[in-house]
Amino acid sequence: MSPEHDAMGSAGTAGSGTAASPKPEARLEVDVRVAFGAFDLHVEQAIPAAGVTAVFGPSGSGKTTLLRSLLGFEAGSRGRIALNGDVWLDSEAGVDVPPHRRPVGCTFQDGRLFPHLDVAGNLRYADRRSTPEPGVEASITRDDVVDALDLGPLLDRRPHTLSGGERQRAALGRALLSRPRLLLLDEPLSALDRRRKAEIMPYLLALHPRFGIPTLYVSHAVDEVALLADRVLVLAEGRAQAFGGTVEVLEQLDLAPLTERFRAAAVLEATVSVHDDEYRLTWLDLDGQRLSVPRIDHLAVGESARLLVRSRDVSLATERPSPTSIRNVLSGVLVSLHQDESTAFAEATVDLGSHRLRARITRASAAELGLAVGSPVFALLKSVSLDTRAGR
Amino acid sequence: MSLPELGPLWLSLQLAASATVVLLVLGTPLAWWLSGTRSRLKPVVEAVTALPLVLPPTVLGFYLLLLMSPRSWLGGLWVEVTDTTLTFSFAGLLVASVIYSLPFMVQPLQAAFESLGRGPLEAAAALRASPLDAFLTVAAPLSLRGFLTASVLTFAHTIGEFGVVLMVGGNIPGKTRVISIAIYEHVETLRYAEAHTLAAGLLLFAFVVLVFVYVFNRRLPVHVA
Repeated sequence: MSPEHDAMGSAGTAGSGTAASPKPEARLEVDVRVAFGAFDLHVEQAIPAAGVTAVFGPSGSGKTTLLRSLLGFEAGSRGRIALNGDVWLDSEAGVDVPPHRRPVGCTFQDGRLFPHLDVAGNLRYADRRSTPEPGVEASITRDDVVDALDLGPLLDRRPHTLSGGERQRAALGRALLSRPRLLLLDEPLSALDRRRKAEIMPYLLALHPRFGIPTLYVSHAVDEVALLADRVLVLAEGRAQAFGGTVEVLEQLDLAPLTERFRAAAVLEATVSVHDDEYRLTWLDLDGQRLSVPRIDHLAVGESARLLVRSRDVSLATERPSPTSIRNVLSGVLVSLHQDESTAFAEATVDLGSHRLRARITRASAAELGLAVGSPVFALLKSVSLDTRAGR
Repeated sequence: MSLPELGPLWLSLQLAASATVVLLVLGTPLAWWLSGTRSRLKPVVEAVTALPLVLPPTVLGFYLLLLMSPRSWLGGLWVEVTDTTLTFSFAGLLVASVIYSLPFMVQPLQAAFESLGRGPLEAAAALRASPLDAFLTVAAPLSLRGFLTASVLTFAHTIGEFGVVLMVGGNIPGKTRVISIAIYEHVETLRYAEAHTLAAGLLLFAFVVLVFVYVFNRRLPVHVA
């Protein structure tokens, strides 16, 4: 094993498998190296082939290259790729399964619908060429897909007449109809504006629960990752920096430099304690502290809700504030304070017990408040986003 | 005005149509290979393909004549197999036309294939389409304009060839006397009226074909990847 292997292995967290021996369990084994020019990608990670795994990192970190290597489009790929024991790439054994024989479905950033076919034709293209296999894949029918993604009104439209969001939906449908054993989504939201993103998010959230295809979701947006993924593989400069459950990975401190540019955030898992009909609120319990959010109709008392809190929506105080319009104030301990001397900002991390919050405050405020690591602080949450996945 | 015999016109159309069909079959895979290869041979093959554009027709015709003569390996083989000579025959004209018009088929097709980019083909591969399947169902339909342009250029260029035909085919009525040779012959023998009829007919034909192509080309949907 090379020194790089060791460095990377220790950076990984829960679930990182270092053993390369093939086991027929449901997992994607990746030990792949792609080099071109000054950039080289080397990722060694066993990923459970279940749920949604985000491949997360800044632009140029190798996310798309990793995806293309899984698809078989990177001719220079070396190493080993296997899904559930089926080997797609084993350069030592001379195995390199061509792209059209790998049971992977994918969507591309730009959609890549066939312009000479209408949406129905694009779906048919995938449908005809995929062989229904026993099990989950066989249950995917064209009608299911059309229904799940509301493609009915688009079927006789040509791709160039579709909006960006409609194009992504059609592309998702086409990928599903290839009845893949692994679904790769390459930044499906990146080409869309905020409103279109909001339009397509519910479809993405519903996708995995409905079709159950193991999914790799490539993204550089932490809010998408927080909402969609069960676990996260963090890439930077062509290496795996961390791997583990979404909540733990996004809390990790050493990710700060990676995520700062992309709207850092923390994910909290809280339990529904009571619904308030009068003010249309839902009260949540977070390690004994109370939070209120706009009423969550689909969650029953006792169920857990996942909350995304962006660091720019968190303010800090050294005393519990007198009444304000901000409903949610959590007490905790300041555990780190990163000051970026080149900007006006500092990134603070607050420990709440079993969760950590991040706050982006100005360095001036940090100085005025006399914030010190280890001292108690109060976090004021201006806004909280809710993962609506549960209960769909 | 005396009517010229229509034999040469008919022969030219036959030759041009045959050359276009043969070149569609041979030129398409060549253009496809050129558009996708990273081989170091690519510039060499491209240069060979483009040679007929820059060589004087007489040079090309001269070497083709040597190649097709019964004493060369190709001409000799042809005599053995068919019992006829390749030179001064329609088959010989066809071989010469295919080589002479090669760049007019390959270059527009190669440009069309290259402009597709890798996107549509990767999308097809990810949907389990084999390379041949992806070519037939995605690349070819998206390159319709390229096929149309290449076919029309090949056809028209073959109709208009003169030097190579004269070198390889000579001037045998009904066999190798194509329209351009017939016009030349009429002019040489001072039968200007017949030359005029044929020449004006060819001019009109070329114009009509080109108008048709431009109109049709505009109707074909533009595919933006």
